[in-house]
Amino acid sequence: MVRVDGSGSGGALIQVRGVDKNYSRAGEEIHVLQSLNLDVDKGEFVAFMGPSGSGKTTLLNLLGGLDVPTHGSITVDGDEITHMSAGKLTQWRARHVGFIFQMYNLIPVLNAFQNVELPLLLTKLSKSERRQHVEAALTIVGLAERMNHYPRQLSGGQEQRVAIARAIVADPTFLLCDEPTGDLDRKSADEILDLLTRLSTEYHKTILMVTHDPAAAERAHTLLHLNKGVLVEGAHLDQVAGGVA
Amino acid sequence: MPIPVVYNFRSVRARWPSAIVAVLGIAGTVGVFIAMLSLAMGFKATLVSSGTADNALVIRAGATSEMMGAVTLDEVKIIQDAPGVARNGSAPLVSPEVVVIAPFPLRATGTDANVQVRGVSGNALLVRDKIKIVQGRFFQPGLSELVVGRNVPDTYNGLNLGNTVTFGGGKWTVVGIFDAGGSAFDSEVWCDSRVLDQVYKYPENIFQSATAHLTSPAALQEFKDSITADPRMNVDVSREIDYYAKQSTRMTTLITILGGVVASIMAFGAIFGALNTMYSAVAERSREIATMRAIGFGAPSVIISFLIEALLISFIGGLLGCLAVLPLNGLTTGAMNWQTFSHLAFAFRVTPLLLAMGIIFALAMGLIGGVPPAVRAASRPVAQSLREL
Ligand SMILES: Nc1ncnc2c1ncn2[C@@H]1O[C@H](COP(=O)(O)OP(=O)(O)OP(=O)(O)O)[C@@H](O)[C@H]1O
Ligand SMILES: [Mg+2]
Repeated sequence: MVRVDGSGSGGALIQVRGVDKNYSRAGEEIHVLQSLNLDVDKGEFVAFMGPSGSGKTTLLNLLGGLDVPTHGSITVDGDEITHMSAGKLTQWRARHVGFIFQMYNLIPVLNAFQNVELPLLLTKLSKSERRQHVEAALTIVGLAERMNHYPRQLSGGQEQRVAIARAIVADPTFLLCDEPTGDLDRKSADEILDLLTRLSTEYHKTILMVTHDPAAAERAHTLLHLNKGVLVEGAHLDQVAGGVA
Repeated sequence: MPIPVVYNFRSVRARWPSAIVAVLGIAGTVGVFIAMLSLAMGFKATLVSSGTADNALVIRAGATSEMMGAVTLDEVKIIQDAPGVARNGSAPLVSPEVVVIAPFPLRATGTDANVQVRGVSGNALLVRDKIKIVQGRFFQPGLSELVVGRNVPDTYNGLNLGNTVTFGGGKWTVVGIFDAGGSAFDSEVWCDSRVLDQVYKYPENIFQSATAHLTSPAALQEFKDSITADPRMNVDVSREIDYYAKQSTRMTTLITILGGVVASIMAFGAIFGALNTMYSAVAERSREIATMRAIGFGAPSVIISFLIEALLISFIGGLLGCLAVLPLNGLTTGAMNWQTFSHLAFAFRVTPLLLAMGIIFALAMGLIGGVPPAVRAASRPVAQSLREL
């Protein structure tokens, strides 16, 4: 279940209540998010669309604990993250959030294996356990035999798959994807979307994805539009596809 | 677990042209630092090795060197009869000595330098039993003959074996070369003290010092007590090794302070180089850092990671500086001994301790240059850094 009217019962995995986000630029306040509400249940696959500058990235940053709202509260799995100290929030991110970025954000001097292993260095897993997890994650994204390759030796699509492996390796509570196919050609983009779809259907991952790509939005169970600082439920998927084309 | 060190290793390697500024700055500073200290060490080692534990040096009370003040023949006789003095048969091993300064041209520059000319007694080689004649022979008592330290022929013109030289109004022949084991005596010229007195028209019953060979190092106390308790004596007694160690302090302090000042100025520049390198590393990698922070690495991890990187760079610099000065080890140079105003040849001594100090110095520079960039890296807002491409 996904709701945007703040009427969720309290059982949702993610609960956003009355969130404002203001930036001040050159002494002027800009209100990016205004009294935004959102409830997302476990296992949901949500797509966010909206014009450039509407605040999609801002929303994901708040949900992922990379930034704090000006007002309002965000609760994930019973933890209110809006009042955590910076150190606590960092630990919370390590435990609960898998980030997937438009530009992949792999560490160029580390190979695929080492990139995927990074989140596990923050766990108590032993070296051999880490290896098992990394290999499993790379197998899911179909790159197990590329684990010694460096990012520059991989195509964009492969880099993004390594990034997805890194995002899922520590089995986070949910995945946040900011335009995961924004920098890819159609074919690579479809492979990434297939992968995200599989993570949703086979592994029951909770996925929140920002996208400009109608084909990407189509994969989600729910489509939300961000407009003038609030979320509105999207039209039916066939209408979205038709409307944007 | 912190951010893996391999990340820093590879980052430095990937961006080595930027690291080179810091590396060379630190290498140069460490090199100068070690070179200066090894100079001081060499100077000190040369003087200290001149003394031995079982010799006692007697000079005028209150004098800071044997160049100042006098020891009379009467006093020498009391010294010869003092307890603790070693004997060769019945002859006490005491060398009353006269020291003068004579100018000789340096081979290196052609300009005159002061050479310490020491008038000794015929048993000087028994008193200083570590000194050996390596070429020619010892002087004949009563003749105008010279034996010179092994550094002398190479350092000055005209003091080779067989040469005849003029100084102090007399004509002298070099008849032998002695090896004093790298000590200050290796830069000296020795002759018969009585001949020296005659040539210089000095009174024959006045000496500047008397060196006594003791039966054992432990005999010093007994010897010293007996001499200082004697109301006829107005002298200071020191263990020879202590006397020379003390002599070296002014010069070594001077070199150390000078070296410290130069190294500090250079360190200032090197720290700036390290700062610059690290700030640009942080700027170039702001998105990588933000990604690590997003994944869940804390601010302390980021700070430690960049400090490790700064230390890595400075360690390479320190190592390079050490390697650069290593060839100096054993290289002979000369300087004025401020206590005797005479020229002293000595060798740079690049010891393991100095190398370790150099590395620590390098790491300190890296740490100072690394802290502000590391703190900046950790304090940039993550969300904002992720937006930048
Ligand atoms: N740190 C900041 N300081 C000031 N303004 C900011 C800051 N970050 C974002 N903004 C502004 O907030 C608004 C929302 O930005 P955001 O990046 O969330 O939009 P978006 O929907 O992700 O856009 P796009 O589709 O282009 O990625 C924009 O007007 C942006 O300029
Ligand atoms: Mg955006």
